[in-house]
Amino acid sequence: MITLTINGKSQEFDVDPATPILWVLREQAGLTGTKYGCGIAMCGACTVHLNGMPIRSCVTPVQAAAGQEITTIEGIGNAATGLHPVQQAWIAEQVPQCGYCQSGQIMAAVALLHTNPAPTDADIDTAMSGNICRCGTYPRIRKGIKVAAAAMAAQRGGANNG
Amino acid sequence: MGKWTRRAFITTGVLAGGVLVIGVAIRPGNRSSRVAGLVAGENETLINIWLKLGADNRVTAIIPHAEMGQGVHTTLAMMLADELDADWSQVSMLEAPAHPEYANYAMARAYTLGDRQFPAWLLPTVDGFFLQATKMMSLQITGGSTSTWTTGQHAMRIAGAAAKAVLLQAAADSWGVAADELRAKDSHIHHDASGRRAPFAEFASHAAELKAPVTPRLKNPDQFTIMGTDVRKFDIPAKVDGSAVFGMDAKVRGMKYASVRAAPVFGTRVDSVDSESIQGMPGIRKVVNLGDAVAVIADSYWQASRALQQLPVQFTRSADDNRDQADIFRQFASDLDAATANGKEQTDLRKGDARAVLANAGRIVDAEYRVPYLAHATMEPMNCTAWVHDGLCELWLGTQNPLGFAAEVAKAIDFDSDKVLVHNQYLGGGFGRRAFSDYAIQAARLALESPYPVKLIWSREEDMRHDHYRQASISRFRAALDAEGKPTAWENQFTEKHDPVEAPYIPYGIDNQYIHFTESNTHVPWGFWRSVDHSLHAFFTESFIDELAVAAGKDPYLYRRDLLAEAGRFRDVLDLAAAKSDWERPLPENWGRGIAIHKSFGTIVAQVVEVEVLDGKAQARRVICAVDAGFAVHPDGIRAQMESGIAYGLTAALYGDISIRQGAVVQGNFNDYQMLRMNEAPAIQTYIINSGESLGGAGEPGTPAIAPALANAIFDATGYRIRELPVKLHDLRSKSNLETKDVA
Ligand code: FES
Ligand code: FES
Repeated sequence: MITLTINGKSQEFDVDPATPILWVLREQAGLTGTKYGCGIAMCGACTVHLNGMPIRSCVTPVQAAAGQEITTIEGIGNAATGLHPVQQAWIAEQVPQCGYCQSGQIMAAVALLHTNPAPTDADIDTAMSGNICRCGTYPRIRKGIKVAAAAMAAQRGGANNG
Repeated sequence: MGKWTRRAFITTGVLAGGVLVIGVAIRPGNRSSRVAGLVAGENETLINIWLKLGADNRVTAIIPHAEMGQGVHTTLAMMLADELDADWSQVSMLEAPAHPEYANYAMARAYTLGDRQFPAWLLPTVDGFFLQATKMMSLQITGGSTSTWTTGQHAMRIAGAAAKAVLLQAAADSWGVAADELRAKDSHIHHDASGRRAPFAEFASHAAELKAPVTPRLKNPDQFTIMGTDVRKFDIPAKVDGSAVFGMDAKVRGMKYASVRAAPVFGTRVDSVDSESIQGMPGIRKVVNLGDAVAVIADSYWQASRALQQLPVQFTRSADDNRDQADIFRQFASDLDAATANGKEQTDLRKGDARAVLANAGRIVDAEYRVPYLAHATMEPMNCTAWVHDGLCELWLGTQNPLGFAAEVAKAIDFDSDKVLVHNQYLGGGFGRRAFSDYAIQAARLALESPYPVKLIWSREEDMRHDHYRQASISRFRAALDAEGKPTAWENQFTEKHDPVEAPYIPYGIDNQYIHFTESNTHVPWGFWRSVDHSLHAFFTESFIDELAVAAGKDPYLYRRDLLAEAGRFRDVLDLAAAKSDWERPLPENWGRGIAIHKSFGTIVAQVVEVEVLDGKAQARRVICAVDAGFAVHPDGIRAQMESGIAYGLTAALYGDISIRQGAVVQGNFNDYQMLRMNEAPAIQTYIINSGESLGGAGEPGTPAIAPALANAIFDATGYRIRELPVKLHDLRSKSNLETKDVA
């Protein structure tokens, strides 16, 4: 049995400890927002956060996450619980096309803005180039990150002032 | 040969080429009982096959197309809703179920008739409510960029307008006023004289009893209220929170997981498999020999794929085992030579007498180009969940052709096709790949042997090595130039022709043209790849015209422009791209600028690429794109599709290379089939022309011109002419490779 904390909820899984986190999330935890794209850490579709840091869940064995915090796209926000500013920006900029890569893109963008609230184009290149989008939504992702960064800065500013 | 059924008027006819079509006129209120069961909920009247109006006044557009990210669900719903004068915030979309009633008649028409007019005899049978035909042709395909201009123009708009007409009439009847005193707006009927106003839904049941007009009046563009605006796409919210369900995400109770490995050399088979060797591994259910592939079914995908990797499998040998990519190109070249030597050239287009002009030309320019095989590499690898139970085969997957898949799967497992149910999910990319049913057939065959549902997932490597590939090809050109450098003859010979027929044709006013081809078959399976033949021919023709401009000592934009004197629509698009790119503006050192123009699927696209070549590596920095799709129903959707088509074509131009070694595909994953990434993505500016010409597609036309525009820009920057794709094969640091051969 391996205990994982997924989106704040602690759960036990009876799996081979070598199984990549990706498949445990998708098949055992029923969280299919995290995608399989390449299985070799080349595309970013499977990006989740481990203790807030973006990782490639397709190559990270589940034992490496035992007792730690995993956050998936389902834990970032939704219409019911409230969307994250990155998700809101993705809607405003109409970023997704097929949408298959977008969970990974959003997870990478959220992590970027967490450590770097005002990323430059070069910062965006560095943080996001591990995530492939076959539909070529890159210009909109770039724009979306900037829009989200501005919204988050405004929120913080509002909080400080208020 | 029309025939009444209980619910519909069915008529059959024959199109050019002996193609049988069946038109099914579903009359108002005469819902097809089978369709009604699938789409009409409680308190809803199925006004027609394309439109559903709920008691809550919500309008649901029923659209027979798959959503692959091209925004088709939104665009088509806009067309219907605008003609209906619906309140857009109360409009939603339902994908038509994979059901013969929804056979994609408009698509069949486009494929059988090309751009030509629809036979007049069939139009009256449309009877206001558009009908589909081609049940027998099993067409419900999303491809060929035809969704907007066929389904939209000929079905959604008519459906919306006809529905509005019967609603107005129903309201007139119920209020005792003349219909022409009423107007529809925001999903309400208004009687301005009395100030009366009521929601559409109030009249739904009466409207359903009325006969719709034979030819409802469609709006003029200046009356559009929804078309031409930037509404938000329906599918986006579900794609930002992980809730969108792709084929990969289907959940069927009790399902097991399968991993598959097909014989690496196309056409070979499984010789032997040592199933025993993995039986002790955890979670393994069984090993299935599918003849040309082996699958392992296990409790989890990870278990299945690990076991498969360790499974010893022998494959049969074939004559293709020793073929390498170089052999294939050698074959192409010698087949082209032989066709010319033996008079076996297959004529594609002949105009004037190019050969005679070339024979007497003062100056001849020639060049030979090559392109490699390409894989689709959709972001979501092929997958399908299948469950055989109670005499049914249910499939959950993403497909561009739900009905065709049902028919092909049924045939493969010997079921009646109405016993195969396709549950189409979001497609994690299509690009033509998901029009081929091989993965669905595999899943169905595994499910047939299993007492549980089976989710088959192709690994990325399997997806890459068992695709249906864009053809590799060689294209040769010769052109005669007059004293001013103007081409007087154009000869083009190439290998392998598919669709559309006009892909190699040029818009330029050249009096003598001879375009011909030679089939040169290989064992590598072919498939539709975003823009199909346009993807290679635009590179060939738009590179060669650029070479002619250089040979003539002319500016490549102005040279094209002069040759488009008789093609005003092309010229407008070209001019716009050049103007917006600030064509004359000097560029920094190591930068270059290239232009290309190409029409595909009814849409003309011109692109200017600005490239920077540093340390021998080309990087596209900026793309200016001008597009004329007739009318931009959803401008932001067109911009998004241009951005997407450009990234897809640029990826292929820079990196795309599927090569054959010992009969099998070498590349397997994104480490060796390289993708454009964020740090390499150019800034893209798209400018739209609404010429008012008939509607063109958007999903594919962004792709063809980008490769030649890039290659032309690289030439501008370096003097190095790219005659073979991808660009990564070339050392751009080397000196100019251009030798303009003056043969004469
Ligand atoms: S699936 Fe993990 S990086 Fe591609
Ligand atoms: S939106 Fe399709 S792969 Fe990114």
